[in-house]
Parts: sequence; structure tokens; C-alpha cells
Amino acid sequence: MTFTALIKYSIDLIAVLLLALGIKGLSKVRSAREANRLAAIAIGLAAIGVIINSLGSDGVSIDALIWILLGTILGGSLGMITAKKVPMTAMPETVALFNGCGGMSSLLVAIAVALFPVKTGSEEIVSGLVEDISIAISVFVGGITFSGSIIAMAKLQGWLSTPKWMQSKLRHAINSAFALLALIAVIELLKGGINGLWLLLIGSILLGIGVTLPIGGADMPVVISLLNSYSGVAASAAGFVVGSQLLIVAGAMVGAAGLILTQVMCDGMNRSLVSVLFGGALGAGAVGVGGDKGGEYINITSCTAEECALTLEAAERVVIVPGYGLAVAQAQHTLREVTRALEAGGIEVNYAIHPVAGRMPGHMNVLLAEADVPYEQLKEMDVINPEFPATDVVLVLGANDVVNPQAKSNQNSPLYGMPVLDVQEARTVFVVKRGMSAGYSGIKNDLFELDNTSMVFGDAKKVLGDLLVELKELGVGRKG
Amino acid sequence: MSFVSEALWVLLLGSLLGLELIGKVPPTLHTPLMSGANAISGVTMLAALTLIIKAGGNVPLLFMGSVALAFALFNVIGGFLVTDRMLAMFSRKTTRRKDDY
Repeated sequence: MTFTALIKYSIDLIAVLLLALGIKGLSKVRSAREANRLAAIAIGLAAIGVIINSLGSDGVSIDALIWILLGTILGGSLGMITAKKVPMTAMPETVALFNGCGGMSSLLVAIAVALFPVKTGSEEIVSGLVEDISIAISVFVGGITFSGSIIAMAKLQGWLSTPKWMQSKLRHAINSAFALLALIAVIELLKGGINGLWLLLIGSILLGIGVTLPIGGADMPVVISLLNSYSGVAASAAGFVVGSQLLIVAGAMVGAAGLILTQVMCDGMNRSLVSVLFGGALGAGAVGVGGDKGGEYINITSCTAEECALTLEAAERVVIVPGYGLAVAQAQHTLREVTRALEAGGIEVNYAIHPVAGRMPGHMNVLLAEADVPYEQLKEMDVINPEFPATDVVLVLGANDVVNPQAKSNQNSPLYGMPVLDVQEARTVFVVKRGMSAGYSGIKNDLFELDNTSMVFGDAKKVLGDLLVELKELGVGRKG
Repeated sequence: MSFVSEALWVLLLGSLLGLELIGKVPPTLHTPLMSGANAISGVTMLAALTLIIKAGGNVPLLFMGSVALAFALFNVIGGFLVTDRMLAMFSRKTTRRKDDY
């Protein structure tokens, strides 16, 4: 073993250790920020290790350095700009986009190695078959990760909705066909046919689209988390392709940890991973089953911000239920001003956080933290649910499916079985909503027709602004 | 076959480690953890780097490697920065709370 190789191995070991500590630390509130930095340092070290090792063996040509610099500047600066510019409300989409690009990278490396056989260092030892298998896995998983993530992003951004034919059972047949196409391609590739590579690329990209497109509603976060795990697998496979043990272990670690995180999220929603992937979306997969889908609302009471403010003034305990609508309207700061006024008026305010409120678990926590809402006022579903009967006013802000009582009462509902916030138990419920359109899952919400529910129509930010004015006029929260 | 058998052991142990690393995660951290893990999965940049270094003057290979590197770095740098932005909001709040009391 040469001296440079020894240094590289030491760096690799340190990097793996730091990565493991990083992932572990990220799961605890106190250490999370440091852990994130540790992981970033680990990746940087690993990159330095690769360069040091090459300097020791063949050397790094000027050409190679220029291309490395080009890629680094392009990817790095785009990453920095995106990370700085993107609003907190668009976090889920952003993670999906980043993730898709990681998958794309593994895919490109595998294709490059397949097209132009290079001496990657492993070649002398790795048999052709192992390399071909690694390339196949890398392309397949990378392709699914890329197309799946991009579709997830487009759906979260609202650029795409699920086409009707994708909601039917037909999609299982279509996806099976895509999978079969990919399988045939792999066999062709292993036999040495380069056409198999392109076929595999097309098959895996189509499969990623086909699997992700029908998924909607509360299931999307689980899918992003799963795709995140996949990109680890793709990286690990790319590690086999270029003969990097560090890449293999890091990819495997992220892949496995991502799988656990996906499981944790599924548990939070009381859904199984299989039902998320194959049972179809909440709502979307059950078209024609739930009789209430797209049903007309008959008994709706609506009111103005002024009436809402009057009720709030008289309340003692208020619970806020934030949802995606709050994020879209960027109303978190206005909301904080309203709750500050209420608190100053001696009213107890809590926030009920559904595990999948928004488009990603923890989405609301991040959003409310940005507006300086104290951490201890954020109540998890299991904690807040028994407290609703003792609550005077519930303010639902842009949440829909997570407060739909159908999930408990209607066995035919596609939402049935999903844990929801029992807001209807409170004395009065105000639902702030832009219009009577259905939620993300497209299912009618029985809550809106209940006698103790009033709708306040309008953009969350505007309604909250009006509410603030009304509360000030009523003198709520004015000292003395 | 020594590289392959070693690599398979590495794969196995790495996966087992990954399975053990996270246990109970508070819901607050679901998004940052997902985002952080996502940034780490950009380690595939190492493969892109290796590819460029070993390309030996093959321009299409250099080009593909460079594009792959750009994609991976977009993931890594963007991912870590965005995670840090999210986590910074939590810590800022805790320090402010300390000032209040």
C-alpha cells in the first residue's frame, strides 16, 4: 500500500464515521444542526480523499481538473442559489428536486462507464458481469429516482395533476408493462447488448413516472422519503461501478436510514408502505368506491372575519390547525401576530400539528418556527385530540383532509383509517379556505357541513390580516 | 473476486449500520432529516469525480462526468444549505427563549 493510498483510507474511514454520526445526530433536536455540518464535512473530506488517491497513482491531468472545476462551479453555484432563494413553504418540492438530481448523477455515471469502458480501478478485479449488474442497478434505480422525484416536485408545485386514466386499475397493468420492459432490458444488457442500456433507461424513467403520478394527498411525503432512500441505493450501485468502497458504504447507510425514516412516517399516518405504493393514492385509488367523492355541499354556513373575531374574543382556549393553505399563502407571520394579540388578551393558544399536515412531515413545524411560534405550543395529534372537547374555538387554516371526520365515520371513504384531528369536538370551528374546492385528495369534507362549523372564505393571509384589524378594534390584547 | 466480496461485506455492514442509526425521530425533524439524508445521498459525486479523473482525455466521458458532478453537487451543496436553513430556525428560537426568561 502506497503512502497516498494509506492517507486515502484514513480519510475514508473518518468520513464514514462522521457520516454515521451525522445521520444519528440529525434525528435529535439538540444536535441536528451540528450533525448536518459534520455530514457536510464528511462529504468534503471524501472528495479530497479521491483526489489525493489519484495524485498518488496516475496523477490528475489538467483536462480533468478543468472539467472538475466546470462541474463544481455549475452545480455548486446553482445549489447555493436554490438553497438561498427557495421559500420555506416550497421545502418539500426542493428536497424532491435535489433528490432527483442525485439519482440523475448516479445514472449518468453508470451510462458513461457502460458506453466508454474506463479503467476505474476496480476493473481488473471486478468481473465484467458484476460491473454490468452494478450498471443495470444504478441506471434502473437512478432512473426511477430521477423521474419519480421530478413528478413529485411537479405535483407538489401544482404543475401536474393526476390524469383520470392513471386513477383506474389500468395503471397497475401499465406499470407492470414498464417493469417488464426494464427486466427484458436488463437481460439484454447482461448479454452484452448496448441497446439494452437505452431500453433500461426508458423503462426505468417511465416506471418512475407511472408509479409516482397516481400518488397524491398525504402520501406524497412518504414517496419522497422512499425516493430519497432509492437515491442512496443508486449511489451505492455507482460505488460498485467505479470501485469505491466509501461510496458503497455511504450509499447503503443513507438507503437503509431512508427506509427507516419512510417507515416512521408511514407509522405516523397509520398506513403501510405497500398500501402507499400499490394501493394508490388516498382518494385517487378508490375512485367510484367512496360514494361521497365530489359530492355537493348543501348545508354550509359562512361568516366574515368580524364575526370570527367576536367569537375569538370571547374564547378561553383556541387551537390553530395549520395546513398547506397557510404555507401557500405565506401567512405564518400574520398568523403569529393574530395569536400574539390573542395571547396578550389572556387567551390560551395552541397549535395542532397533524403528522402529515402540509406536503411533508414536519412541514408545519418548520413554517411556524420561522414565525417564532414557541416550540411547546405545537401539539402533536395524540396530545391535542383529547383536548378538543374542552376547546372553545378551532381555527382551521388551509387544512382539509387532516380534519375530515369521514376518516373515522365513513368506512367507504378512501380516507377511512387515516388518523385525523377531531376538531369537530370543539365548540366552534372556523375553516379559513379560499373556496369550496376539494382538498388535495379530492374528497368531500363532512366537517364543513356540521352545525358548529363556519367557513371564512378568502386567502389565509388576507383573512388573518382582517382578523387582526377586527381584534385590534375590539381591543383584544391591548394592555391596560 | 476479492474486491467484490469485500465490497459485498461493506454493503451489508453499511446497510445494517444505516438501519440502526435512526430510531425514534420527533416529527419536527422529519423534514430536516429527510433533507439532510438527501444531501448525503449526493455522495455519488465521488463516482463522478473518479470518472473524470480516470477518463484519460476521452472528451465525451469527461463531459458526462462533469455533468454528473454538477448534478451531484447541486444535490449536496443545495441539500446541506437548505437543511441548515431549516435547522437554524429551530436554534434561533431556543436562544431567543433563553433571553426571554
